[in-house]
Amino acid sequence: MSEQPLLTVTIDNITVQVPAGTSILQAARKIGGDVAPPAMCVYSKLEGSGGKCRTCLVEVSKGSEKDPRPMPKLVASCRTNVMDGMEVKNITSPRVTDARAGVVEFLLINHPLDCPICDQAGECHLQDLSYEHGKEGTRYEFQRRTFKQHDLGPYIQLHMTRCILCYRCVYTADQLTNKREHGILDRGDHSEIATLIEKSLENNFIGNVIDVCPVGALTDKTFRFKNRVWFLKPENAHRECPDCCGKVTLWNRGDEVFRVTARKDEWGEVESLADGSTAWICNTCRFEKKKSSDWVIEGPRKISRHSVISQGHYEGKVGTTVPTEIFSAVHGGRNPKLLMDIHSVSEVNRPEIQLSQIAGPSTGNDFTTGKD
Amino acid sequence: MGMKLLLEKAHVEGIRHFEAYRREGGYRSVEKALKEMSPEAIVEEVKKSGLRGRGGAGFPAGMKWSFIAKPEGVPRHLVCNADESEPGTFKDRYLMEFLPHLLLEGLIVSSYALGSHATYIYIRGEYAWIATILETAIAEAKANGMLGNNILGSGFDCEIYVHRGAGAYICGEETALIESLEGKRGNPRIKPPFPAIQGVWMRPTVVNNVETLAAVVPIINMGGEEYAKIGVGKSTGTKLISACGNINKPGVYEIDMTISVEEFIYSDEYCGGIANGKRLKACIPGGSSVPILPANLLLKTAKGETRFMNYESLSDGGFASGSMMGSGGFIVLDEDQCIVKNTYTLARFYRHESCGQCSPCREGTGWMEKILWRLENGEGKETDIDLLWDIQRRIEGNTICPLGDAAAWPVAAAIRHFRDEFEWHVREPQEAKRRNYGLAHYADPIHVPVAG
Repeated sequence: MSEQPLLTVTIDNITVQVPAGTSILQAARKIGGDVAPPAMCVYSKLEGSGGKCRTCLVEVSKGSEKDPRPMPKLVASCRTNVMDGMEVKNITSPRVTDARAGVVEFLLINHPLDCPICDQAGECHLQDLSYEHGKEGTRYEFQRRTFKQHDLGPYIQLHMTRCILCYRCVYTADQLTNKREHGILDRGDHSEIATLIEKSLENNFIGNVIDVCPVGALTDKTFRFKNRVWFLKPENAHRECPDCCGKVTLWNRGDEVFRVTARKDEWGEVESLADGSTAWICNTCRFEKKKSSDWVIEGPRKISRHSVISQGHYEGKVGTTVPTEIFSAVHGGRNPKLLMDIHSVSEVNRPEIQLSQIAGPSTGNDFTTGKD
Repeated sequence: MGMKLLLEKAHVEGIRHFEAYRREGGYRSVEKALKEMSPEAIVEEVKKSGLRGRGGAGFPAGMKWSFIAKPEGVPRHLVCNADESEPGTFKDRYLMEFLPHLLLEGLIVSSYALGSHATYIYIRGEYAWIATILETAIAEAKANGMLGNNILGSGFDCEIYVHRGAGAYICGEETALIESLEGKRGNPRIKPPFPAIQGVWMRPTVVNNVETLAAVVPIINMGGEEYAKIGVGKSTGTKLISACGNINKPGVYEIDMTISVEEFIYSDEYCGGIANGKRLKACIPGGSSVPILPANLLLKTAKGETRFMNYESLSDGGFASGSMMGSGGFIVLDEDQCIVKNTYTLARFYRHESCGQCSPCREGTGWMEKILWRLENGEGKETDIDLLWDIQRRIEGNTICPLGDAAAWPVAAAIRHFRDEFEWHVREPQEAKRRNYGLAHYADPIHVPVAG
């Protein structure tokens, strides 16, 4: 294949080079950190997804080198491809933050907020989104909408009230199974995920809808109410599976396997394998193989240090990777002025101890050793 | 007497059928186009005519046609958007019901210009009887050699199919219409790619409104330049206006866009004045999704000039003091109409018709409806008005398709121009509930501050 020229795109004052056909979102994810817009509906492994939730709206302040006009409306970064010389404003644009706050509010007005009893809590994208961009209160004073319960069979539990209608599960069923049996019924704010006639979803790959669901609308029935994800220990494991790649994450407590999921990357999407295909797993691996003896354990799985799931795990050298600091880059090289560096006047906080270098939970000893 | 290009023959006996239509000079444009003109020449004529899309957005039709991609070996399609579901708009229904052959004639010429051998009329399901009328007309045209293979010996083949929708307003949005035509759920697509590049079955497609395609007939007959002389400025040709509400003579009128709004409402030739001797309070000049205007701003612009019935004049002043031509659904409200109730009804419509694909529209329309219901029923709070404003502001422009905007604009305009009526509903809930109409003082002549 011939070498494709790289396009230069500037997102929040940070310039990155990406091949043609990359979406703004993917380019921003390449930079990482806060510059990457939140995305609830787009799933890079699913063709045609995206554009629906509107959380990833960004402002294009310069269209391209050839046509420098700004785009009049905010655009969905997941479905807008970069042009050479494009300039995008994400967290530096008040319009974007305002629109995003609006979208978060819209997504939450009919969400039951039943996180305390939701199995997705701790790994829920909507939780993260509302934590980062939401308000503490709601202005919505009406009854939240409810739906008639649908039973999707022995494996998948549907909670329609939690659904944000991202369509990811529809695309998954379209693209992974040979016949989609569920879909969106009805229209508007009463549209719902269901099978038209009460049917159980039993395709061998339909379990992947649980992994793609950004909220707790589709959860694993075999794991339902068994445990909280942050009490579990994720481990990479594999087995010889005739149907799928067999590369999974086991969620253990002690020796007991509580659930099996596909391996997810830092954006919550199922990882790609070495050959470029996506590591979807089959229902047998996901729902039937719940003994440690079924699996070859590879080792603990790295979980983002921002995630609540990482709170219980201190394997390896925790904290050796310092997150990239983008603050000054986003502000065009300006660093915020520190009013006073506390360390210049007091050593009571022991500035010489790097908190991120402490292995495991810190104890009083960490701060007394070496002190007179 | 205004000039009539489309509806001139609407009342001729038997015009619904081929024989009478042909006798009255119908299908002349097909003969002219197929025998004497090249497809490019037709597109050029339409461009010269300055014809603007009659579906609501007012995008120049010739320009839209010239955007269509022409890859080798890929069929192209023309789709006629007859999914007329905007509250207050019923002009296409009239046209199709009385002059089905005029639409077919326009479709054949346009199909020839765009190279579409399979042309579709997507008609809303509720127009069941019109679909039958159109199918009869297609059969007649085919029997007379105006459709099918080798039309009039020109070597051009064209078939027209009528596709019935299933009753969704959203399917009037062109990409949702295309999805629905393909047999899928009528969700608007994310643009780009635009239909001109990838439309029906990923083929280049042009979607035009019924009236736009019918207007191609006079353009070909009289020539684009002659057509452009009718009307004023960039509003060329004639426009069908479906007038309804509290007027003496509701109906479909063809205007040549040079008359003033005042003349249109009060002259006996058109609406014939406000019914029952009441006074004009407000008007939605272009179908339910365009901003509502109070009487004083409707008849005169903020600059104090007379407002005319054309694209530019109606949108003069932007959304601050103007509105839009839209699809030509002219809804007149007299002094007894309650703006809050009217806005609630519209909000209910948009909530019901939102496709539910993108979150601002799906959640926001329902929220607005609930708040408006509360205001209308005397349970509202002062803060609700600001909340409504905030919600509409965050829907507008942030959605996939224009339905979000269409839902936000009426609410925004109602609050912008009739805020004290909303406040009156909050302060006098008992009164508001009992009277079921709002404040009448908007009908009084008020001094309009000169902008700038």
